[in-house]
Amino acid sequence: MRYPYSILVIILFVSFKLNAAVLTCGNKTNYPSIQNAINAAVPYDTIEVQPGHYKQGNLLITKPISMFAKGLVILDGDFKCEIITIKSNHVLIRGFSIKNSSNLSSIDIAGIKVLACKDVTIENNNVEKCSFGIYLSNTNHCKVKNNLISGNVLAETNIGNGIHCWKADSNSIENNEVTNHRDGIYFEFVTNSKINKNISHQNLRYGLHFMFSHTNIYTNNKFSNNGAGVAVMYSHHVTMKNNLFDYNWGASAYGLLLKEINDSEISGNIFTYNSAAIYMEGSNRVNMTSNVFSNNGWALRIQSSCVDNVIERNNFIGNTFDVSTNGETQLSNFNSNYWDKYEGYDLNRDGQGDVPYRPVSLFSVIVEQLPPSLLLLRSFMVYLLDKSEKIIPSLTPEYLIDHKPVIKMIALENLPLANSNTNKK
Amino acid sequence: MMKMRKFDNKLGNRHRNQIEGSGTFASAILLKHDDPSTIKMRTSTKKYLLLRLLKYVLLDILKNRMVLFYTLFLLATSFGLFSMSGDPTKGIASLLNIVLLVSPLLSLIFSTIYFYNSYEFIELLSAQPIQRKTILYSQYWGLCISLIVALVIGLGIPLLLFAPGKAALSLLIVSCGLTMAFVSLALLAALLTRDKARGIGLSLLLWFYFTFIYDALMLMIMFAYIDYPMETLTLTMISLNPIDLARVIVLLQLDVSALMGYTGAMLQDLFSSGKGVLLASGVMLIWILAPLRLAIKLFNKRDL
Repeated sequence: MRYPYSILVIILFVSFKLNAAVLTCGNKTNYPSIQNAINAAVPYDTIEVQPGHYKQGNLLITKPISMFAKGLVILDGDFKCEIITIKSNHVLIRGFSIKNSSNLSSIDIAGIKVLACKDVTIENNNVEKCSFGIYLSNTNHCKVKNNLISGNVLAETNIGNGIHCWKADSNSIENNEVTNHRDGIYFEFVTNSKINKNISHQNLRYGLHFMFSHTNIYTNNKFSNNGAGVAVMYSHHVTMKNNLFDYNWGASAYGLLLKEINDSEISGNIFTYNSAAIYMEGSNRVNMTSNVFSNNGWALRIQSSCVDNVIERNNFIGNTFDVSTNGETQLSNFNSNYWDKYEGYDLNRDGQGDVPYRPVSLFSVIVEQLPPSLLLLRSFMVYLLDKSEKIIPSLTPEYLIDHKPVIKMIALENLPLANSNTNKK
Repeated sequence: MMKMRKFDNKLGNRHRNQIEGSGTFASAILLKHDDPSTIKMRTSTKKYLLLRLLKYVLLDILKNRMVLFYTLFLLATSFGLFSMSGDPTKGIASLLNIVLLVSPLLSLIFSTIYFYNSYEFIELLSAQPIQRKTILYSQYWGLCISLIVALVIGLGIPLLLFAPGKAALSLLIVSCGLTMAFVSLALLAALLTRDKARGIGLSLLLWFYFTFIYDALMLMIMFAYIDYPMETLTLTMISLNPIDLARVIVLLQLDVSALMGYTGAMLQDLFSSGKGVLLASGVMLIWILAPLRLAIKLFNKRDL
């Protein structure tokens, strides 16, 4: 039962409208033109398209119909137009291979564009070389599922986003793979949506990018090797669980950039091989628990503008710098994390170190002020500086301290992506 | 020290006996008092000579227990570090610190002392129709080969066992390069002064300078010019210290995630492509060759 919902919908349609017809499109059928078939259809009809390469310009859907591809159906825009435009509720598009939309900088052109409607399902499509992949504007309760979306790498300057949602509610984006677009998944003013099991990689800018999008849930996604990682801003009540962020390399590339994200939860994620795993700015009351930070340049760059965040029970393993910050004040709580650089002891054997751990090293403070000094990393002089600072802390922020660091690595379950293959750079 | 000298005198005698006994030298010995430069030798003989001398030097170093201790020290440290920290990357990182500290120090001190101690042997050889270059080369290669063998055994085996990979390989190669550079610096230091104590002092000073003072100076200069673009400056300063150079080469394998976070476009380009490693290896080669050339020049002019 791979598509229980859509099958249910079809059954419902069939039962409600028993006279729903099936129209077949194709060269040797009554409807060589798909648009004619759409025009001829009555609401809740089904249109089946025979295999073939169709260069029939823009398809405009203004009534609730279901469209299926019978085999390999290529809808080719020939770089001249938008390919499918949906302006009706209850539309289903399944199994098409959509290719070559035009590319304008003045209008957002998409492979599939959904405008001001609800209950639209787009699944199992292959969207290739379109300016925007799937574009949802002012839509509610829509589903985007099992699509493969890849952009045109050569059109760097005016390429659009893979999955673009603007002003939407209760959408579900599931199991898609997005690559070579500007932003893999882009949300603006989207609420109550679920983003699950997507893979977003090798996009030019961000793997995931959202703003003003509250109460959304991101689970089991994989964001890797994107130009600037993942950036999320100006939102509250965001839940990010069990995602994988890896190989986001660069001076301004972050595994996850949090800018003014409030009251959110980030747990069970894996951050590995990023320049900076998490960069936080102006974010308050974010719970960061049970994440794994491994082999990053900086595991956590937490600016002084962040207040009341809880960083608890995370594993910090093999990062060049565990935590760095830009000021003296630090108002977040670090508690019971595992730090592989911790050198304290545990006399009463309760699993918690008896000496507090200061994750900010003096050298990371120096690097923050003087970036080129990064090249002195692991020099013996730096080692001496760090050691002396550990003994008599004076320059590192006083309150950024883990009072009860955990001695043994925290065994974390429920990390489903831990063993999946990643795209190495 | 006295004991050492006696031992060396004995050794010198033994060498003399061996050389007199060998057929190649028999004819040369007759020309002992002639100016060596008037004697023209075929290249093949020269090469043969170098190998021959190298054999004596190597045997001599083997008898000196220092290299053996060095090997054992490296073995013990690397095994200890790897078994202590479960994470091989962490092991390599700590090992990098130790190697950067110890291998230049040992190369410098051991080579300087060895050169002074075999001075009589060198004097003896100089009386033979052998080019001075060949004599110095035999010393240089003898020291390099023995120290590199110590590194390969003491460092290479644990690395291969616990953390095989690119980072381990770069650490091993870099430590060999460092050893070669510092042996040539040691010969230079030893040839700059006639006094043994001064020579050793000079090489100690060199080590101290390259290990501690240089990085502190670099940090100071960087802070002084904090408002200016510093890419070229930083790169130049790194190149002017073989230890820093070695460190950066290993960092490119070990901390690439962090290095990619650096803002400069030029460094970014260097780090992301293979250019960085190539450039660093080239500069390292200069650090090996330049002091050696200078030492040869000094040795050629020297009135023994």
